[in-house]
Amino acid sequence: MTPAVSFQKVSRHFGAVRAVDAVDLEIRPGEFFAMLGPSGSGKTTCLRLIAGFEQPTAGHIEIFGESADGVPPYRRNVNTVFQDYALFPHLNVIDNVAYGLMVKGVGKAERRRAAEEALKLVQLPGYGARRPGQLSGGQRQRVALARALVNKPKVLLLDEPLGALDLKLRENMQEELKSLQKALGITFVFVTHDQGEALSMADRVAVFNDGRIMQIGTPEEIYQRPASRFVADFVGSSNVLPPDFVLRYSGQRRWGSLRPEAIRIQRAAVGDGVPATIVSTSYLGATTRVALDAGGQRLNAIVPAGSPLPEAGEAVVLTFNREHLHVMEGEA
Amino acid sequence: MTDAALLDRKNPAILPARGGMLGALSDTFWRRPKLLLFLMLTPPVLWLGIIYLGSLFALLLQSFFSIDEFSGLINREFTLKTYGELLRPANLDIIMRTVTMAALVTLASAIVAFPIAYFAARYARGRWKALFYLGIMLPLWSSYLVKVYAWKLILAKEGILSWLFAKLHMLWLVEAWLAVPIVGGNSLSVSATGTFIVFVYVWLPFMILPIQAALERVPGNLVEASSDLGASPGQTFRNVLFPLALPGIVAGSIFTFSLTLGDYIIPQIIGTSRLFIGQAVYAHQGTAGNIPLAAAFTVVPIVIMGLYLWAAKRMGAFDAL
Repeated sequence: MTPAVSFQKVSRHFGAVRAVDAVDLEIRPGEFFAMLGPSGSGKTTCLRLIAGFEQPTAGHIEIFGESADGVPPYRRNVNTVFQDYALFPHLNVIDNVAYGLMVKGVGKAERRRAAEEALKLVQLPGYGARRPGQLSGGQRQRVALARALVNKPKVLLLDEPLGALDLKLRENMQEELKSLQKALGITFVFVTHDQGEALSMADRVAVFNDGRIMQIGTPEEIYQRPASRFVADFVGSSNVLPPDFVLRYSGQRRWGSLRPEAIRIQRAAVGDGVPATIVSTSYLGATTRVALDAGGQRLNAIVPAGSPLPEAGEAVVLTFNREHLHVMEGEA
Repeated sequence: MTDAALLDRKNPAILPARGGMLGALSDTFWRRPKLLLFLMLTPPVLWLGIIYLGSLFALLLQSFFSIDEFSGLINREFTLKTYGELLRPANLDIIMRTVTMAALVTLASAIVAFPIAYFAARYARGRWKALFYLGIMLPLWSSYLVKVYAWKLILAKEGILSWLFAKLHMLWLVEAWLAVPIVGGNSLSVSATGTFIVFVYVWLPFMILPIQAALERVPGNLVEASSDLGASPGQTFRNVLFPLALPGIVAGSIFTFSLTLGDYIIPQIIGTSRLFIGQAVYAHQGTAGNIPLAAAFTVVPIVIMGLYLWAAKRMGAFDAL
C-alpha cells in the first residue's frame, strides 16, 4: 500500500538550527497520526513540510506516492487547520468555508451548498452569515475545520488545533475529531505537545525531540514500552530508573522505566520490597500523586484516592509487579 | 504592641499622601479621571473649533456672497450666483483638470506604493526596516520647494532625464510623448506629464505609510491559509491581501487626492499655463480680490472628498477595519 505521506531522510535547517534532521516517516492512508513533542522539537516544521509552506533542505517527500519536491502549497491536495485558525476576518463564515471552492472556480450556488453541508458536519448549521469576530474560540475552530474539510483533502493537517480551547471543550472536540476522522476516512496528521491528547486520539504516535523522531508506535507501545529515557519521561511522566536500580529487579544493566500507577505503597517500616520515605503528596481528584525517596532515587507513585495515605516523612515499602518494569533497549 | 506599631510605620498597608500641590493634584485626578480628560482636551478643542473650523466656516460663508462687478466690492447678501459662476466652461475646465490629475496621481501612487509597503511590512526586519523608514521620511524633511525646483532641473530640456534618454538612444520616445496633446508640451518641465510625475513623487510617502500600516496588521498565516486552500499568489492578492490593505489604500488616497486637489505650487512651477483649483483660489482671492469665487472654489475639493469617502464606504472599503 502506498503511504499517505512518506519522508525519506528529510531535513529542514534554518541557518545553524536543525529544525528537522534526517527524518524518515511513513503515514498510512486513513490513519489518525499524531506528532508529539515539546515545543521546538520539529513537529510543526514537519507539518509545514507536508503542507508545502517549507521546502526540505535535504531529502524527499512523497504524498500518496507523488513527489512533493518544489510543489507549492496551492497545488497540494492537503489542507491545514491552523493553530490560531487563520480565518479571513473580512469574509463571513460561509465565504470562509467556501474559499477553497471559490478559488478553484466552483459555481456560487454549488459552493454555498457544499459549505452549508460542511458547516452541518461540524455542527454549526446556520452560522454562515456571521463574521469570524463574532464567534467563540470553539466555534472558530469548527469553522476552520469545515473550511479545510470542504475541499475533501487527501490529508488533513491539524496544528495544535485544540490548544486554545478550555478543558471541557477540548475533551468534546477530541471525541468529535476522532469520530469525524473515522466517518470520513481521511488521513489526519495531528501536531500536539499534549501527550494525553496524542494517546487518546491517535492510531499511531511519533514522538519528536530535537528535530528527530525518538519513537513511532501505537499509543500502547509508546506508553508501555518507551524506547528511550526521553520518551518515558515525556509520555506520561514515567519513573526513569538508572541501570543499577534496574539490575536488581530485571537482571539487566540497562535504563528502565516504571509507570507511577504500577507502584503500590505499603505502610511498613520493613518488608519485602523497596524501602522508601514519603516526600510529599498531591491530591489530583480521582487519584493522588505521591513523591517518594527510595535511597536517593526519586520516584512518583499514583494511588487511587480514598486509600489512607501516609504522612510526609513516613517510612514505607514499595512493591511492584516485575513485569511492569520496562527495560529500555534503545538506551545504552 | 509597640513592636507591631513600629513594624506598621516601616511597612504600612496604606502609604501616606505625597506632599505638596502635585501630590494632591495626582490624587484628585485619580479620583476624577474625567476632570483630567476635560483639562487636557479643552485647549486643542478650542484651537480646532474656533481658529481652525471657525475660519473654515467663515470662508465657506463667503462663498454665498457675491462680488459687484463694477465696484469690486463684496455684496453681503445670500446668493447662489457665485456657485453658478463655477459652472462656466472655463471654471468647469479647471475643476475637471484638477480632479482628473488628482485621480491619476492617486492611482499611480497606490500602484507604486503597494510593493514598497508590502516589502516593508512582510520582509523588512531590523536594519532594513530602519532603512525603509529613513528612505520614506528623509524626503519629507527637506523643503518642498527645494524638491520641486530640483525636479524642474531634472525634467528640463537640458536636464538629466533628457541626457539619460539621449544616452540610451531613446530620446525619440520622450519627444513622441511630448507631441501628444494635453499631456505633452515643449519639455517635460512645462507639461502636464511633468506635473503628474512631481505630484506622485511628493505625495508618495503619504500613500506608502498607511498601506504599510494596514499590511502590517494582516497576520502572515492568512496568506498561508489562502495558499493552503488552493489559491494561486494572484488569487491570494485579489481575495485576501488587497481587501485587507484597502482601508490603508483609502487612507493613503485621502492624502494624495486631497493634497493634489488643493496644491497650487507644483502646477505653477512645473506645468502648463492651464490652471488648477489651488491656483484659481490663489488668483481670485489675491489679485482679482474675488473672495466669494475663491471660497466657492475651495468648497469643490471638500465636496469631492465627501463624495469620495461616502462612495468608498458604500463599496466596503472600511469593512476590514
